[in-house]
Amino acid sequence: MSPDPAQAHETSRTHDGSRAHDGPRAHESARRLAPARMLDIDPLLDDPKTRIVVCCGSGGVGKTTTAAALGLRAAERGRKVVVLTIDPARRLAQSMGIDSLDNVPRRVKGTEGDGELHAMMLDMKRTFDEVVEAHADSERAAAILANPFYQSLSAGFAGTQEYMAMEKLGQLRAKDEWDLIVVDTPPSRSALDFLDAPKRLGSFLDGRLIRLLTAPAKLGGRAGMAFLNVGMSMMTGTLGKLLGGQLLKDVQTFVAAMDTTFGGFRTRADATYKLLQAPGTAFLVVAAPERDALREAAYFVERLAAERMPLAGLVLNRVHGSGAGQLSAERALAAAENLEESRIVDQEDGKGFRNSPDTYGSSDSPASHPDPGAPRVDTDAPTGTDAPASDGSPDSDPGPDAPGPDPDPSVDQVTAGLLRLHAERMRLLFREQRTRDRFTALHPEVAVAEVAALPGDVHDLAGLRDIGNRLADNRRELPEPGA
Amino acid sequence: MSRLQVVSGKGGTGKTTVAAALALALATAGKRTLLVEVEGRQGIAQLFETEALPYEERKIAVAPGGGEVYALAIDPEQALLDYLQMFYKLGSAGRALKKLGAIDFATTIAPGLRDVLLTGKACEAVRRKDRGGRFVYDYVVMDAPPTGRITRFLNVNDEVAGLAKIGPIHNQAQAVMRVLKSAETAVHLVTLLEEMPVQETVDGIAELRAARLPVGRAIVNMVRPQVLDAEDLELVRTVPRTALARSLSSAGLGGARRGGNAERLVEPLLEQAEEYAERYALEQEQRSVLGELGLPLHELPLLAEGMDLAGLYELATELRKQGMS
Repeated sequence: MSPDPAQAHETSRTHDGSRAHDGPRAHESARRLAPARMLDIDPLLDDPKTRIVVCCGSGGVGKTTTAAALGLRAAERGRKVVVLTIDPARRLAQSMGIDSLDNVPRRVKGTEGDGELHAMMLDMKRTFDEVVEAHADSERAAAILANPFYQSLSAGFAGTQEYMAMEKLGQLRAKDEWDLIVVDTPPSRSALDFLDAPKRLGSFLDGRLIRLLTAPAKLGGRAGMAFLNVGMSMMTGTLGKLLGGQLLKDVQTFVAAMDTTFGGFRTRADATYKLLQAPGTAFLVVAAPERDALREAAYFVERLAAERMPLAGLVLNRVHGSGAGQLSAERALAAAENLEESRIVDQEDGKGFRNSPDTYGSSDSPASHPDPGAPRVDTDAPTGTDAPASDGSPDSDPGPDAPGPDPDPSVDQVTAGLLRLHAERMRLLFREQRTRDRFTALHPEVAVAEVAALPGDVHDLAGLRDIGNRLADNRRELPEPGA
Repeated sequence: MSRLQVVSGKGGTGKTTVAAALALALATAGKRTLLVEVEGRQGIAQLFETEALPYEERKIAVAPGGGEVYALAIDPEQALLDYLQMFYKLGSAGRALKKLGAIDFATTIAPGLRDVLLTGKACEAVRRKDRGGRFVYDYVVMDAPPTGRITRFLNVNDEVAGLAKIGPIHNQAQAVMRVLKSAETAVHLVTLLEEMPVQETVDGIAELRAARLPVGRAIVNMVRPQVLDAEDLELVRTVPRTALARSLSSAGLGGARRGGNAERLVEPLLEQAEEYAERYALEQEQRSVLGELGLPLHELPLLAEGMDLAGLYELATELRKQGMS
């Protein structure tokens, strides 16, 4: 957290490079809350030791797009990459040629450079079916696939998608055909589901109840287990009444078939866990600069640490910056009001007279400030970036009463609109900054990459490339803390 | 006005916020609403800035005008134990089942059972009456699963029918479906003015309609203020930069000549206007897509200060103004 010369780029980058070192005040305030470490994407993607990148985060933050953009970038930087997406937007999937659900990676056409990009969309049911088919003889497999419990489990169980994503990741990694696997995670209600669900499903299919249902005879022979038998018959009786006899038979068939087939779901889940913990895996937590998304991100960061999973950093999507950050929302609004008011004054007495923006917040009419040489805003600028001396020549700033043709009122209208738009942007920007700073105050150890917001959605490779550039540009979009 | 209001939407669109605001909006003068959470994420507690909600109905807010909002986080395991208790008077045997993992098993793996329990609990609250024969809750608002899963979630009958052809679960599913497919229920979808959420909304509505579930309204959340209109944007394209610089200068923002403070603002301000124009066009496009749905459309503003309790009341007032309550 101390100012380290090696990390100088982390503090000095802004849009025009003029902000971070523009005076002792700015420097001091920046030190009060240290800026987050910069997440440098390219070294991570280029490192041959990086074999798996997992993008996780809550729903609606742009995980899939981030995963696809990272995959494309790594491929165009020379690696052989496969991207495993879970639920991509239709047009994004089409643009990558993975909208057909065949559950195997397809080469994406149109990439640049020597690398290769392959992509696939996870078909949860198919992956599950394949697991069954691979581990059971055909007769038993057919019985499982036809079982209504299996059908429900494979299509709808809340953890199945997470589990199957992990299963597919394991398969892809085992093939060892790719330098790098980028995984998107399912659009869960919470980012944590992704870590919890596989274990849950594993412990479920491997648990005590299953063993009870499958092997009641074994237990019956032992006196000490007699109470369990009572529990069993009561339970089967209750479930039978509740769900109907056929249903219970289905459960038992299903469980029996699964038990002999899988040789322990938990073992598989554990293997996947180890794979995720291994060096060579990098987690990226994806978030948007909104309170809920960053709170989820913070939970997730803590959880990854607790599970000893390697976190590379936070990708903060859809962040807004401004090239005119030196002009605050308040000043922009005051100036806009000024222009709009003076239009009315112009129409009333025909004099091109302007109010000074430093009357902002007062109800003074222009007439109460008869001095046209009222303090100009430049000299009031609190940051000092706008000092007249920085303009180059002193007379380049003639101020409000510069001679010239009477301005067209419609121009003032446009200018006022632009200023209001800017004020809106600055408010958004500061809200995002506050949200981000709250996160970095909690987790100063987490490196952050900020991705500037695009006006629209991404649905082609050019758009993904653009996102990749924004991801890797090592630039803060938002002002530093305290700025 | 339907008494069960189901709020769904794509992840990230703020459906929990909208559901909570709707519960507040419906709690007008003396009315009582129940806000129900079914996904165990404690979003309601976070929104109302209270501790995690237990599995019990608890008053969490008083609406302007004296109405009350209660909240309930439904836990499927607890709900199943409730049912077992109700139908079979299980008592400690229920706890034994829980210990064995049977409850977890049943609520997690039995197809549709979990959803029947969740929707069943909400429907029970809708129908519940006090001793005087008056409904306990005037409205029940459900913060439901996201758009992609909502039809399946509500269409429990289909899910359960193939498995439980008789018995209390079957009857329960039938009773739930009667409420869900009636005019007593309205399913609202929350979206943003962006391509993906709008597409999901369109798909979701088609699915709901195909399942003959009653579609309510489309609610566009986090709408950014319109600062410039089409005419303004046209002007922005035509005005010369030097004129803009002079205008900025005359507003007191510095020099208009090359390198002057006002002149240096022109380029970034125009850039922002261009981004705005692009977004504006995309938003108009999405609005017209939503317009074709033939549903009442509501818009809620993006709150400049971010979402907090005060903002929630602001959104509730907005929903009332737009006639959603």
